Amino acid sequence: MTKRLNEAVEIRWHGRGGQGAKTACLLLADVAFSSGKHVQGFPEYGPERMGAPITAYNRITDEHCKVHSNIYTPDYVVVVDETLLKSVDVTSGLKENGALIINTKKTPDEVRPMLKGYKGRVCAVDAEKISMETLGRNFPNTPMLAAVVKVSNVIDQERFIKDMRESFEHKFASKPNVIEGNMKALVKAMEEVKVG
Amino acid sequence: MAKRDRMSGNEAVAIAMRQINPDVMGAFPITPSTEIPQYYSQYIADGKVDTEFVAVESEHSAMSVCIGASAAGARAVTATSSAGLAYMWELLYVAASARLPITMAVVNRALTGPININNDHSDSMGARDSGWIQIYAETNQEVYDNYIQAMPISETIRLPIMICQDGFITSHGVSNIELMEDEEVKDFVGEYNPENYLLKHENPLAVGPYGISPYYMEVKRSQAQAMKDAMPIIMDVAKRFEKVTGRKYGFFEEYMMDDAEVALVVIGSSAGTGKEAVDRLRAEGKKVGLIKLRVFRPFPRVPLAEAMCKVKAVAIMDKAESFSNSGGPLFNEARNSLYDLPNKPYAINYIYGLGGRDITVEDYYEIYNDLFIINETDDPGDVYRYVGVRDSRFGERGFDHKKYEE
Repeated sequence: MTKRLNEAVEIRWHGRGGQGAKTACLLLADVAFSSGKHVQGFPEYGPERMGAPITAYNRITDEHCKVHSNIYTPDYVVVVDETLLKSVDVTSGLKENGALIINTKKTPDEVRPMLKGYKGRVCAVDAEKISMETLGRNFPNTPMLAAVVKVSNVIDQERFIKDMRESFEHKFASKPNVIEGNMKALVKAMEEVKVG
Repeated sequence: MAKRDRMSGNEAVAIAMRQINPDVMGAFPITPSTEIPQYYSQYIADGKVDTEFVAVESEHSAMSVCIGASAAGARAVTATSSAGLAYMWELLYVAASARLPITMAVVNRALTGPININNDHSDSMGARDSGWIQIYAETNQEVYDNYIQAMPISETIRLPIMICQDGFITSHGVSNIELMEDEEVKDFVGEYNPENYLLKHENPLAVGPYGISPYYMEVKRSQAQAMKDAMPIIMDVAKRFEKVTGRKYGFFEEYMMDDAEVALVVIGSSAGTGKEAVDRLRAEGKKVGLIKLRVFRPFPRVPLAEAMCKVKAVAIMDKAESFSNSGGPLFNEARNSLYDLPNKPYAINYIYGLGGRDITVEDYYEIYNDLFIINETDDPGDVYRYVGVRDSRFGERGFDHKKYEE
């Protein structure tokens, strides 16, 4: 089927209920919007509960995006919880010229055999470690968001850092002590993500 | 000055409500419309509006609150979905027959059996005969715009109005939107000053009395007339809205219809996915078009029929099953509207998207392909079909299309 020049960048998030994959998806929509893009951010809703697999989606494009279906052939897949590899076919439809971005302590080479022959880029980031170092608690979604921005290059990275600071200053107005931690988590994730 | 932002359809409705600042809201939470009263309660708590919020124990009571408030002369609003709308059923008819201009945000969700929280149109389609105006939206922008047009329509014709959007797809999906300034909205919607109302002591009246046989039928006839008379009012309000925002609305939108050979008629967010299919098929030189129905009540029988007559075959899409053995609700009314026209197209029905079943660009390719086959063979086959159903007993698309594929 004919593809148009200005096709959306499509991102699919896999996480577990409570890990913030939906929040990260909506944050990505926010920052892409701030950089002048047309965005969609939407979770797939069902009877979800803490710990159950959840999916969320982003479309990012330069013009109004008309499609309202789920995403079946994403450019990027983000796996916020590596235990999902056992139960969810995370690389389903993932484009070979795209990338899989996963929260793991493993290297990309160690992850690849678990991906059913996926041949594209595999990007590993230890979001748990980064979150523990910078925030003292395990909130993997902020580092994962930064890793997606770094790998996909879908928005300007300096602009991203600036917008995220503003967003955190707004969101955490009542607890400013967590702003710096979150900013460090972003920068660290962008530095540490390993592309294989 | 318009303000560019990004948000979900639920937040957009809540913001439109805040900008209007109605007198009374009676609401009970139900997924996926819960966020609307939730956001709105926050605006009340923050002192941004002075609406009287009545927290009730059920949707039956939520609609009763609106009826009481509206009869008393207040501007009354509510929001609901699915079983919540079903639970309002008897009151929907009370509101419409008492000619109370209540505005209800409906976030469309499947009706239970089996229980399901996702989108289809079975809730509001089930309420299609209740005497309410119904306007549907493709995007969060459209649901915001429709909400702002709701009261000028409903208060002029004195009929209640449902502003519908697709549950989760637009209600929870965040995307770009252009908001009007608060003052612009207030000017556009205006004050509500009904001529007669219960609390007007100079002119005592009864609302909702017993209607004995010598009177009941005249009440119904006048409701039917009001629905007919709502047609030009909807267009007037849309024209006034366009002057303020530049965004054009009508009973339906025609997308690439001028030289189209085949077309779809579809309601709601799935129209966007259909337009993408049109764009891609057009890039291959295929003359396809799409009609997105915005106003379902009143049903724009004549103009819609004329638009459908531009093509040789039309697929009418229903996101609700009515178990009628003759197709879904949109199909029956749209196809019926073609009956008297000499150059009418083949009209077939697809039931799709029930209980959140996704419809994709690729599904639309299949449908357009079916239409081209009908066009070539001059044989519509079974006109009552499904798309996206997995049960092989009923054929891939709910009919046996093998014979057309040789």
